[in-house]
Amino acid sequence: MIQEILINGAATGGVFALLAVGFSLIFGVARIINLAHTAFCMLAAYSVYAFSTIYGLNFYLSVVLAILLTVFVGSCAYRLCFHPIREHELAVMVVSVALGIIIQQLMVLIFGGTFRSIPSFAAGYLELLGVRILKGHLLVLGIALFSLFLVWLMLTKTKLGIAIRATAQDREMASLVGINVGWMCMITMAMAVALAALAGTMVGPLITLSPWMWLQLLVVVLAVVILGGLGSLKGSLLAAFLLGYTETAVVHFVPMGSFLRGVASLIVMLIVLLVRPEGLFGISFEEERL
Amino acid sequence: MDWKLPAVIVIAIALVGAGIYVATRPARPFVPGWSGPVPEERIKIGIFGPMEFSQGIHMWRGAVMAAEVINSAGGVQLGDKKVPIELVKVDTNEILSAADARAAVERAITVNKVDFCVGGFRTESVWGMLETAMDYKKIWLICGAATTELCSETVPKNYDRYKYIFRVTPINSTYLFYVSTKLLKMVVDEVRENLGVAKPKVAVLAEKLAWADRIVDLAINPYPAFKGTPYENKSLLEAHLGVEMVGAWRPSHVATDLTSELTAIKNAGAHVIFTVFSGPVGVTFGRQWGELQIPAAAVGINVEAQKRSYWEETKGYCAYEVTMTTYVPGVEIVENLTVPWVNSYIERWGDYPTYEAGTYDAIFLIAETVNRLGTKNADNVVAELEQTGRRNIMQTFRNFPDGVGTAGKLIFDNKHDVVWGPGLVTGLGAQWRDGRLVGVHPYQDNTGPIPNLPAFGTYKGTEKYRLPPRVIEYHTKR
Repeated sequence: MIQEILINGAATGGVFALLAVGFSLIFGVARIINLAHTAFCMLAAYSVYAFSTIYGLNFYLSVVLAILLTVFVGSCAYRLCFHPIREHELAVMVVSVALGIIIQQLMVLIFGGTFRSIPSFAAGYLELLGVRILKGHLLVLGIALFSLFLVWLMLTKTKLGIAIRATAQDREMASLVGINVGWMCMITMAMAVALAALAGTMVGPLITLSPWMWLQLLVVVLAVVILGGLGSLKGSLLAAFLLGYTETAVVHFVPMGSFLRGVASLIVMLIVLLVRPEGLFGISFEEERL
Repeated sequence: MDWKLPAVIVIAIALVGAGIYVATRPARPFVPGWSGPVPEERIKIGIFGPMEFSQGIHMWRGAVMAAEVINSAGGVQLGDKKVPIELVKVDTNEILSAADARAAVERAITVNKVDFCVGGFRTESVWGMLETAMDYKKIWLICGAATTELCSETVPKNYDRYKYIFRVTPINSTYLFYVSTKLLKMVVDEVRENLGVAKPKVAVLAEKLAWADRIVDLAINPYPAFKGTPYENKSLLEAHLGVEMVGAWRPSHVATDLTSELTAIKNAGAHVIFTVFSGPVGVTFGRQWGELQIPAAAVGINVEAQKRSYWEETKGYCAYEVTMTTYVPGVEIVENLTVPWVNSYIERWGDYPTYEAGTYDAIFLIAETVNRLGTKNADNVVAELEQTGRRNIMQTFRNFPDGVGTAGKLIFDNKHDVVWGPGLVTGLGAQWRDGRLVGVHPYQDNTGPIPNLPAFGTYKGTEKYRLPPRVIEYHTKR
């Protein structure tokens, strides 16, 4: 049983990590509360379905087009909906929820409520330590780790990353030193949406698509980012695996209660926050945030 | 002057006004198959279901096909004239919100003024929907929810209030369990024969919803009546199928990942997985069970697996999965009725009818009853409905004896629940092979496996069940 928990937990954690990396960037680093993040994941997944299944395009081309389309929609959404009110965090949050619902209802209108599925990048399974794991899960795990590394590299080693962090830290000061705050927010949003789209296209083949799937995923990414600590990418990574292992353990130790796996994750998050309110790697001081 | 604020106000008022206008305009009556002007007097039947989901879609389709036949034949006798059936589509959103469902019922009865209610899928919402309908003394023909208690805890407990409730489809959870045991026996017998296993191991994988609780309880918990007998501490399945229950996993009905559950089931050495699904988790199961090549045969109830699109949704990984269903292409329940109707359904909608399409029979039932009485009076109709299938007469709109429908002969018990049995409403078993559903039950069905369960023999159009090749390969290698 230990091997099953180790392998399946890693697979689940990888999915959570990939879903959370973009949210960690936009919420944790840039402090833009975009609760429509997982709705963009959903949009990308449905776009892959539309391009590949309905229009019959090549699958990999469909993935690229889906990501580009989602980034375009996300960027437009930012410009039209978030940019005018970006000083008001609460308003941004409420608008993002509305945006998520709008995307949801658009999916209902276009695709209906019936379930869809998209082909896998890598079909079939591998056996590790005698445990079967879907190749798709392994791919997601790899891409999650790589994406997190790339984001960390960008934020710490590039001028763009430093500018993004500076803007998140203090917009006024950033503006005073010559950083175009509006553009920084726009670029951060575009990057986060691109990561959301990547997550949607990679995780999409592993789940059943429905217009309401974004809400379930949102709870997961919020839990991961808050548990990991706002602003901490490594915290998000650790939290993703902690919650992934928690859910897997529930299924193995309490099979009749496997429907409570999500609740168990949230209880773990609650316990950690009670002991450490800033999260696992949360930053107490703004200057230390990354 | 800042023009933006007045402009926003004017646009907002215009939008609200337009919305109110559209919402309050009386909708054109939907009377499919009726030729000529639509009369004021109609028989309004509300079709209540989650219309954005396949369950509601099939409910509506079945109802439309029935209404077309009845209206094309000139309609239903009401008093001294013939009137059409009008269908009112009511999207209850019951899968996502019980509150929405109840509000939808209230609106359909008070605003749309429906005479009869047909539908109701998600038990957790149907309870509230029925209460609202009973407040208005509206006859409700359940087409969707299987929970036994919807009839057994209502009609006999307070007949005056709940007598308006009848269930047409599916058969209730207790009967579903009985049919499932027959399907399980079919698979377990193959496991014994092909794998040489004397006591096959069975795992239960059932979504956590009310309708599945009774089935899981009977499958895994010690049966109380066995106390003091040689079967003490055994469940019904263990005692009568000679199997070992290795555990029960209860994921959420909307779970998007079952790899942990499936891995645990494989680890437990299960030869058979007994599935109990009605929600989207059924699609997740079909895909991941096949993609992980779990070496256990899948059999049970999976409502999503009844759809033609299931093969595509699971990318073909559902091959060899067996599900209980009401209709299977090519399988005859009632001669000259079931197969032609299923074929016409497939031709029209491009999809296999799921059990919710049994609204077809429900609409005919209402039409026949009202036509015979000449009145819509609920109490009169209830008394007449209770005698369904027991009268020695032919139907008016279909050339079949009283009560006979596409799923078998409809008879209600004293709880107003549809009765299951040979010659009555049956329940079929179907297996996915090469992109299509193939009927596998009843096929050489005998009595049992639970004592007193009747034999169904072989229905025309069914074939022998086949064990998934990977199951044979995996277990014979070991």
